[in-house]
Amino acid sequence: MVNIVHSSRKAEIKPPVVDIGVIGWIKANLFNGWLNSALTLVTLYFLWKTVPPFFRWAFIDSVWNTTGQACRDAGGACWSIVSSNFRFILFGFYPYDLQWRPLMAMIILFVLLFFSQNRTYWKKPLAFAWIAGLFVMGLLLRGGLFGLDPVESAQWGGLLLTLLLSVFGLTAAYPLGVILALGRQSKMRAIKTLCILYIELIRGVPLISLLFMSSIIFPLLLPEGVSINKILRAQAAIILFTAAYIAEVVRGGLQGMSRGHYEAAESIGLNYYQTMRLIILPQALKIVIPPTVSQLISAFKDTSLVVIIALYDLLKTTQTVLSNPEWMGFSREAYVFVAILYFLGCFSMSNYSRKLEKELSRGD
Amino acid sequence: MKNTVPEKVPFWLDPKKRAIFFQFITLCLVGLLGYYLVSNTLHNLEKQSIATGFGFIHKESSFEIGESLIDYSAASSYGRALIVGALNTLYLSFIGIVITVILGTFTGVARLSTNWLISRLAAIYIEVMQNIPVLLQLFFWYAIFYETLPSPRQALNPVAGVFLCNRGVAFTVPKTHPVHAYMAVAFLAGCIIIYLVRRWAKKRQERTGQLFPIFRVSMGLLLGLPLLTWWMGGAPTELNMPKLVGFNFIGGLTLSPEFIALLLGLVLYTSAFVAEVVRAGIQSVSKGQTEAAMSLGLRPPMVLNLVILPQALRVIIPPLTSQMLNLTKNSSLAVAIGFPDFVSVANTTINQTGQAVEGVVLIMLLYLFFSLLTSAFMNWYNKKTTLVER
Repeated sequence: MVNIVHSSRKAEIKPPVVDIGVIGWIKANLFNGWLNSALTLVTLYFLWKTVPPFFRWAFIDSVWNTTGQACRDAGGACWSIVSSNFRFILFGFYPYDLQWRPLMAMIILFVLLFFSQNRTYWKKPLAFAWIAGLFVMGLLLRGGLFGLDPVESAQWGGLLLTLLLSVFGLTAAYPLGVILALGRQSKMRAIKTLCILYIELIRGVPLISLLFMSSIIFPLLLPEGVSINKILRAQAAIILFTAAYIAEVVRGGLQGMSRGHYEAAESIGLNYYQTMRLIILPQALKIVIPPTVSQLISAFKDTSLVVIIALYDLLKTTQTVLSNPEWMGFSREAYVFVAILYFLGCFSMSNYSRKLEKELSRGD
Repeated sequence: MKNTVPEKVPFWLDPKKRAIFFQFITLCLVGLLGYYLVSNTLHNLEKQSIATGFGFIHKESSFEIGESLIDYSAASSYGRALIVGALNTLYLSFIGIVITVILGTFTGVARLSTNWLISRLAAIYIEVMQNIPVLLQLFFWYAIFYETLPSPRQALNPVAGVFLCNRGVAFTVPKTHPVHAYMAVAFLAGCIIIYLVRRWAKKRQERTGQLFPIFRVSMGLLLGLPLLTWWMGGAPTELNMPKLVGFNFIGGLTLSPEFIALLLGLVLYTSAFVAEVVRAGIQSVSKGQTEAAMSLGLRPPMVLNLVILPQALRVIIPPLTSQMLNLTKNSSLAVAIGFPDFVSVANTTINQTGQAVEGVVLIMLLYLFFSLLTSAFMNWYNKKTTLVER
């Protein structure tokens, strides 16, 4: 018996070299079968043809901090268009000397976002911090108090405007969307019909038509002599649009709740408001966090459409730089820079949503 | 036991009466708001002396449209201009959807490939495209077109018969010939015959268990009938080559930079989403299904056709339709780069006539029509494919 065990241990054979380690991995993942081998070779050839020239264009031959004329003589990418116009692209027509204020506001926003992504902080203090933060941001941007020079909101622009439109759009659209979703589930016919009409109408039309409405028709809707700032009007359109989509997402969560929860709440004597606030919404909203985040991502991307009604958001300030004769013709570099900014924002959000989904599905 | 008279519930505690009261209040508020807004609008319009109503549709438009599928000139009416725009939207969306579905399916399958390199590349493509606003992509492609490509005189000629320049792409196409119309008819006839043959083959299989090589026959019909018509019509092979005349290409099929930039942007953006949809659909069919089908003795094509596709499509089709609708809605961004789609024509109309309310209402109606059509299709499809459980 002992002998047998012993001999089998002796006879233990190591796997062949080609099946383990780097070679094994390459064989299993790149060259398993003739089709995959061919695909790998074609792809490698394609990458060899595209990546080095791109790398050369973007880094080796590129210029980073010169005038537009020097750019034209250089062979590669002209990143100078970004470095020379950095502050205009980020802050638009905000008075040059006062640009530390939007910078501070953005830093506050990022700090708040940073703390919000950790679920252990999701408590009352964070909510208060957000309220205080939004207030301070508004104060910094507008000025007029505590010796800060007032700045017209018509002068806000660039990345600042993009962030403002998204953050305020989402914070306002979320509660509205929840109310709409509740209305759609309501037993009261009239309210249900109104909510369905609203949601389906808004979801059926492109955002651009709402933005046109905000820029052309809103002024007509208001009584004589009253006028609302263009940015606010666009903001209203974005809120109305996003709310309809959030409503649909929340509805999914509400439908996911079993009847037992409603019945249990009723049987302990809670009224409608208490049922929703204490039992249904906390659970339903938790289920739909991942789709809500993806809704946030698309809302963030959609703010770029305000270019079309001539608001100076990130994309529009970039285009303004491009229309300057000195920098004309460097669209690729400028748009790549803007794309990187958007990508960073959206990618971190979608990564976060994936992480959250995993955490939530683990069940805690 | 004493017979208790039910206590009279005060009306504010009776849920039914309360509900009626709430609804009444809400309707009143909405009605009042609507009345207020409409009366303001009418007042404002009157003050700016803009006539309301759709009378402007018959007036002469007096603006040119770069690309049109039907006859149009500046002397045509606004109504006709809007029809041109709507047709352009439909045309663009249709081509876009076809390419998007094909590209998206390929990318989705590539994402699941066992080849590490391919799967990584597909993942990068999906992430990058999904996370950059589609408008920015449109601007980017448009800029590439008019900044990077040479003028028509130095047009690039990558493949014989195709010219690339900053005025667009010119293709060589077969010269118009009456046979082409017959070929289209033959193609349609082929489709109808295939539908009938399929029905017959299915019935026969249910009756006798015999299989019919439906795929090969369909392919043969689809390709063979038009080819046969072409051959019988004298096999015309004359080509319509684009030629450089003055500063531009004449002849052939020329696609404008706006159209191509729009198509490229919309297709690349939407196909990333379609790829995710396709991937999710394929992954939703568990491996056990394939193994079970194989162990029943079905051959791989039949496993795909009879077991995997019907189940995967049930998951894929609804989100796929909504992506198609998204593409159609996003085509309204054409206004930003100057392709004459419906929104951009309507926008010009609004600027010229001042009929803002009517213009925006028309835009909304058109897109609402598309989305109602889509949701009608989805309801029909969902009903048709819901799992019938015992």
